[in-house]
Amino acid sequence: MTKDKITQTTIKFLSEEFEINPQEIIPENNLKETLDLDSLDYVDLVVVIEENLGFQPTREDFEQVVSFDDFYNLAEKRISKS
Amino acid sequence: MADYIARMEHRVVITGIGLYSSIGIGKDAVIDSLRNGRSGVVYVDDRKPFGFKSCISGMVADPDLKGDLSRRQRIGMHQPAMFSYVAAKEALNQAGLDIEFLEKNDTGIIFGNDSTAGAVIATIDKVRLKKDTSLIGSGDIFQNMNCTVNMNLSTIFKLKGINFTLSAACASGSHSIGIGYLLIKQGLQDRIICGGAQEINPYAMGSFDGLGVFAINDEAPHKASRPFDKNRAGLVPSGGAAALIIESLESAQKRGAEILGEIVGYGFSSNGDHISNPNIEGQLKSLRMALRQSNLKPSDIDYINAHATSTPVGDSVEAQAINEVFGSETHVSSTKSMTGHECWMAGASEIAYSLLMMKNDFIAPNINYDTPDEFSQNINIVSKMLNKKFDCFLSNSFGFGGTNSSIIVKKFVT
Repeated sequence: MTKDKITQTTIKFLSEEFEINPQEIIPENNLKETLDLDSLDYVDLVVVIEENLGFQPTREDFEQVVSFDDFYNLAEKRISKS
Repeated sequence: MADYIARMEHRVVITGIGLYSSIGIGKDAVIDSLRNGRSGVVYVDDRKPFGFKSCISGMVADPDLKGDLSRRQRIGMHQPAMFSYVAAKEALNQAGLDIEFLEKNDTGIIFGNDSTAGAVIATIDKVRLKKDTSLIGSGDIFQNMNCTVNMNLSTIFKLKGINFTLSAACASGSHSIGIGYLLIKQGLQDRIICGGAQEINPYAMGSFDGLGVFAINDEAPHKASRPFDKNRAGLVPSGGAAALIIESLESAQKRGAEILGEIVGYGFSSNGDHISNPNIEGQLKSLRMALRQSNLKPSDIDYINAHATSTPVGDSVEAQAINEVFGSETHVSSTKSMTGHECWMAGASEIAYSLLMMKNDFIAPNINYDTPDEFSQNINIVSKMLNKKFDCFLSNSFGFGGTNSSIIVKKFVT
C-alpha cells in the first residue's frame, strides 16, 4: 500500500471512528490532540488500525508517533514488512 | 446538600417520569396506549431462525443517540443503558433537573437491571473471531457489566449520590424504587433516579423461551398476553426502560417541582422456596408489609397494578393473594396484557403507568381478559378502560428466586 493510499484510508476511518472533520487530519497536526484521545481511546485506535490497515501498533509504536505524518510513516513501514 | 445524619423521617415524593416502552416513547404516547388498550407486542423476525418457540415480543427500536451524546459517552452503552438514558432524560426534564444542578446537588441513581446478554455475546463473538482481546475495543466492558446503566448515566448526568444497580429478576425495577424510598425516607439522600431497564434481543430471552413459558401466537401477537384469562398460555417478553425521579418532599418543594405522587409503603419478602414457582405466603407477606408501613387499610387501595404475567400458575396465585388481602372490590389490571413482560424494567414501568393513570383519572384495561378462571373471578379485574378518579394504588412485582416487592403510591396531599 502506498503512503498516499495509507493517508486516504486513515483519514476516512479516523474521521468516522472519532467523529471529527476529515479536513482536520492533516499530516503536520498532532494526532493525540486532533483526535482528542484519552487512554481508553488508544484501545479503539488499535482496533480501527487493525481493521483498516491490517497491523496492530504497539505502545512503543505510539510513543514514536506525534503527528499524523509520523503515523503514515509507521504504517508504511509496518505494512511493507508484512 | 443532604443532611447525612438521619434525625427525622422524610416524606418521599415522585417528581419525574420517563418511559421508553413498547406502548410508547414518552409519557404522552404511553397515556394514549394505556387509555386505548393498545398492545406493543409484535412478531419479531429474528426469533424463529434463532430457535425460539415463541416469535413475539414487545418491541422498541434502539434509539439514535448520535448528536445527543459524544462518542465516548455512547461507546459504553448497549440496549439497557441506551433505553435508560432516554427514559432518565425525560424524567429529569419533567422534574426540572439539569446537569448544572445535578453536578452541585447530590443526586443518586439506583437502577434495576439483570442482564447484558446482547452486549456480552457481541463481545465474545469478536474475541472468537479475532482470538485477541486487544481487538475488543474500549466500550465493551462498560456495556457488558450488569451495572451498565448506572455507570453510564451517573457519568453522563454528573451524579454525586448513591450509585448502584439492583438485580432482583423481574422485581428489579420495583425494588430499586423501594430501596430509593428507604434511603430518602431516612434522610440519607435528597433525590434519586430510580428505574428499570430490559434489553430486547434474542440472546437475552433464549433461555427463558427454552423453559416453554412463552405464549405462542404468531397470527395475533396482540392477543397473546392475556393475564388472568382462563385461556392464557404463557407470557410475552418485552423491554425498554422506565425512570422515576424520587425525592424528599422538602427537596421537591424547595425546587418548586410538580409532585406526581407520594410513595407511602414498600413491602418485600423472599419465598425461600422454588426457584421459579410462585408462593402465596411470600406474596401475602409483601402485600401486608407494604400496607403496614403505609398505615393504610386494604380498602384504601383503589387500584392494584398486578404482576400477573399471563402464566397459568403465576396469575392464579396472585389472584388468590389479592383476594385474601383486598377482597373482591378493589380494581385490578395487569398492564402486561399490553406491554408483555418487561422483566427487569417492569416494576418501575408499572409504577410509572399507574401514576399516569392516577394523574389522568382512568384505569387502563387488562386487555384480552375474556373468560375468568376459578381464581380471577374472585377479584375485580378491569377489562375495559375505566374513567375513574382514584387516590392510591399498589404495584406488585414478583421475580424468579422468589423475590417479592409491593409498593404503594398515593396522590400527594399536604
